[in-house]
Amino acid sequence: MNIFDMIGPVMIGPSSSHTAGAARIGKIASLLMKEKIVQADVELFGSFAKTYKGHGTDKALVGGILGMNPDDERIRNSLEIAKEQEVQIFIRESSRPAKHPNSATITLKGEKGSSVTVTGASIGGGNIYISQIDGMEVSINGQNDTLIVVHQDMPGIVGKVAEFLGNCGINVCNMALSRETKGGQAILCIAIDGHTDLDVTSYIDRFVGVNRCIMLLAGGK
Amino acid sequence: MEFSYHSLQEIVEMAENRGMRLSDLVLMEQANVLECSQKDVLDRMSEQYAVMKNAELRGQEKDVKSTSGLTGGDAYKIKKAMEENRTLSGPFLAGALMRATAISEYNAAMGKIVAAPTAGSCGILPAALITMEEEKGVSEEDCVRALLTASAVGMVIANNASIAGAEGGCQAECGAASAMAAAAIVELSGGTPTQCAHAVAIALKNIMGLVCDPVAGLVEIPCVKRNSSGVANAIVAAELVLCGVKSAIPVDEVIEAMAEVGNKMDVSLKETAEGGLANTTTAKLLCRKVFACKERD
Repeated sequence: MNIFDMIGPVMIGPSSSHTAGAARIGKIASLLMKEKIVQADVELFGSFAKTYKGHGTDKALVGGILGMNPDDERIRNSLEIAKEQEVQIFIRESSRPAKHPNSATITLKGEKGSSVTVTGASIGGGNIYISQIDGMEVSINGQNDTLIVVHQDMPGIVGKVAEFLGNCGINVCNMALSRETKGGQAILCIAIDGHTDLDVTSYIDRFVGVNRCIMLLAGGK
Repeated sequence: MEFSYHSLQEIVEMAENRGMRLSDLVLMEQANVLECSQKDVLDRMSEQYAVMKNAELRGQEKDVKSTSGLTGGDAYKIKKAMEENRTLSGPFLAGALMRATAISEYNAAMGKIVAAPTAGSCGILPAALITMEEEKGVSEEDCVRALLTASAVGMVIANNASIAGAEGGCQAECGAASAMAAAAIVELSGGTPTQCAHAVAIALKNIMGLVCDPVAGLVEIPCVKRNSSGVANAIVAAELVLCGVKSAIPVDEVIEAMAEVGNKMDVSLKETAEGGLANTTTAKLLCRKVFACKERD
């Protein structure tokens, strides 16, 4: 904890949980898409489902999906902006029990047919927790810069990524691997110490077997 | 140099021993923790202060209205009264009330704000600082530094009690913000670190037990008004201390008591919108109006 946890984050109101956290979850989902998003299905749970209209949680989630950060003033008009950008938005209140009181499952579809599904919770103060990506269990809390590598389950990729980070002088503080099936899609989540200005993602993106690599920055950008 | 933010008394003694303001000590320590220069820390904090000031101005406009339609426009009323010289308490207190209301209403209207320490309590600390700048002529740089003093107070409260309404009720959010503001006002008035600690203790004592009972679960009723009362409480605490009044209970013990009270508070009074004002007939009516919902009947 530091002074900017007390005086911050800079965000669009009214609620760090219902707007700032929501925008971050939407943004993370959008970062996992490689192509232009044409459709977003958002399923809301718990307090998100009950109060989203009053809090503007829908606008915050959609803002994030359109790539906006939690302090982007366009969030207020994100639903109109989605229309202009021809992104179809479907929002529904889930009747399923919530794992966390403020959570959402977002499914994005791209113009060439690819899709991604992300489940995340807003856990207070704008902090978030991503629990599932494409049905695979993950544990991303956004407290550290976190590298997410979506790849084909095959020998050598984990080692190659870890070795590359080591060569860049980047220290790993947490690492978790999850996969659909043997040889299927897998996700590697690596939380790192501090922050790197090196563009590691576009390098890792070129590794054989890697489908998508993104870096989520602590603080949510 | 590094220290933990677990005892405010400890930090105060360290500052007193070195003949420093709390903000000087926190600046040194945080530059070290954040691995950057003191100037970088201050520059970044200035950016936060600029966002606060923008929210304060925008929130005073006539047509501010929240998404739900429940709040907005009250800061404008206070501003008008000030312009027409009709306020009871004069530009210092009324100005602080107006600014806290403005920022809080702007937050409810999906405006860009700085959580301080939370979005629900975001009007209190900036209202105190901007009022000190506007009415007492303190410099903007000192106000930015006072944000560091306030942060130290917030971190000690977060470490030993809570700054989340869902955990500790409104005393945790508006209470923490009010205590942070009280320390900032004392420092900006030339008070000592020890006096800052007394002001924190008094501010927390006065707001202890305040529940979090938002109507319809929204950060609006009674949150906006609790932002104005939060900054007023900070001024009360600072004024008392600057006159030489001390808190009988030491600050760290007050924070401990605040944690105990928060833990004993019923869950219906901790941001769940199931008790207190949220449970009134009118609140339920407003809730239905906003959401056309029946769950909360």
